[in-house]
Amino acid sequence: MKAQGLAHKYGDNVDTDVIIPARYLNTSDFKELAAHCMEDIDSGFVKKVQKGDIMVGEANFGCGSSREHAPIAIKESGISCVIAASFARIFYRNAINIGLPIMECPEAAKAINADDKVSVNFDTGEITNETTGGRFQSEPFPEFIKEIINAGGLVNAVKSKM
Amino acid sequence: MTMSQKILAKKAGLTEVKAGQLIRAKLDMVLGNDITSPVAINEFEKAGFAEVFDKEKISLVMDHFTPNKDIKAAEQCKRCREFAAKHRITNFYDVGEMGIEHCLLPEKGLVKPGDLIIGADSHTCTYGALGAFSTGVGSTDMAVGMATGEAWFKVPAAIRFNLSGKLSRNVSGKDVILHIIGLIGVDGALYQSMEFGSSSGAATGEGLASLTIDDRLCMANMAIEAGGKNGIFEVDEITTEYIQATTGGRSCEAFAPDSDAEYSRVIEINLSDIKSTVSFPHLPENTKTVDEITEKIKLDQVVIGSCTNGRISDMKAAAEILKGKKVAPGLRCIVIPGTQKIFLECMELGYAQIFVEAGCVFSTPTCGPCLGGHMGILAKGERALATTNRNFVGRMGHPESEVYLASPEVAAFSAVAGYIAKEND
Repeated sequence: MKAQGLAHKYGDNVDTDVIIPARYLNTSDFKELAAHCMEDIDSGFVKKVQKGDIMVGEANFGCGSSREHAPIAIKESGISCVIAASFARIFYRNAINIGLPIMECPEAAKAINADDKVSVNFDTGEITNETTGGRFQSEPFPEFIKEIINAGGLVNAVKSKM
Repeated sequence: MTMSQKILAKKAGLTEVKAGQLIRAKLDMVLGNDITSPVAINEFEKAGFAEVFDKEKISLVMDHFTPNKDIKAAEQCKRCREFAAKHRITNFYDVGEMGIEHCLLPEKGLVKPGDLIIGADSHTCTYGALGAFSTGVGSTDMAVGMATGEAWFKVPAAIRFNLSGKLSRNVSGKDVILHIIGLIGVDGALYQSMEFGSSSGAATGEGLASLTIDDRLCMANMAIEAGGKNGIFEVDEITTEYIQATTGGRSCEAFAPDSDAEYSRVIEINLSDIKSTVSFPHLPENTKTVDEITEKIKLDQVVIGSCTNGRISDMKAAAEILKGKKVAPGLRCIVIPGTQKIFLECMELGYAQIFVEAGCVFSTPTCGPCLGGHMGILAKGERALATTNRNFVGRMGHPESEVYLASPEVAAFSAVAGYIAKEND
């Protein structure tokens, strides 16, 4: 599985309150959530994002609340993969559980700039900055987590075993 | 093994686990609120799960946008109410019975030492105060947990905090945890447990033994703000007494860390050295002691409450300071007890009257303003000091508003002064 798109770049500690502010959590509608994605730190994101684009953050991406609405809003907005130097653990779990690919790679997170064209190979863990030619290797997922991702999320993985 | 590892091993049916190992384990409680449960219920039903694994081991608490703040919030609660009725969920708490979930579950005796608990709310780590392994998850984990009674975990490494000394007057658990977050940073405990116990050199009645259950609940609550997977306290007589009172002596198994448990880091904390601490916008790690604040930081609002500081000892601390005083002109002070029981205690003990006479509002339990839901939203450029747990951009309202985090003591002194203050300011 591969993804390719333009990078939307953010810094350290992108928290779930800026990914999707709580004032919009009175709905479970995915499209409505996506319409407010990143609103408080990047009001132009929703207009700019194209299907397949890649989000890049630095340390502790997704810190804060357990709201699954955060990875849902990112996925529904069209983002195909999030690359970060590190992820907050609940966000990490939630992204895997809903089938939003994420990659932990400090070198790539640092070297990718906004609007760079980036491609990722989920099978090998390789990240390429097509704009600069930089190549980076992220740690591939353990088998257990690959199973969840390949099944399309935790619910499907559990259902297939019941 | 650490305390957390021992609980996870037991619940996974293994004799030993190691940091980094991926396991499946059996759950004692699955929790959700009015924001996260509807997403979980949708997943549960979409997957075609017919029944919940155990109707007594699920708690649904309508606390975030309640009493319903708008039509959409009302629809979300209705969805939870119908699901709870259909599956005869025993621990469904609606308006009138509900409290802020992390104040409510310990009070109801629904969480106890040795339990393995997941909750679709990041502050589920609160219950580690009682010696449980308790951690926040998302709605999909909650859906699968409700259906199967199991969850997957990556076994965490741990940072050990050895406590000695005892807290000074007007200093509480909130100051200790803010100090720790300032020390290790908002990702200082990423993917790890934060295990609290006494230092081997702690004198009798000092260290862990000097911290009340409310101090511990407040500290474990904010483990997530240091990136922690869970916060966990060793079980002592104070815990046992509390559990006896709340559960009526239901059986439980307390786990202690092995003497050769491996820790990634050991941090000594002398409680006697802790001073009143404030986290500046927009990260909990931006801490200063009140003594270090030299400028007058004028406030528009003070909020006293939340799953971090909405317990009776927090109400008491604020009431004793506000007694016979008035909230500063132009400042709004909102006091929110964590549960109906705490609300009643505030009436019986005269705190409610003290708050109202001081010019505060005294509210029904709700998470409300903490996450910018309702009951105290900030306008552009406004500044609040709150006893809550997060001060991210836009957390309590407008993206250009500011939140400072502190203890109920600092909040009460500041409400009277009109700016961030300590005693005698």
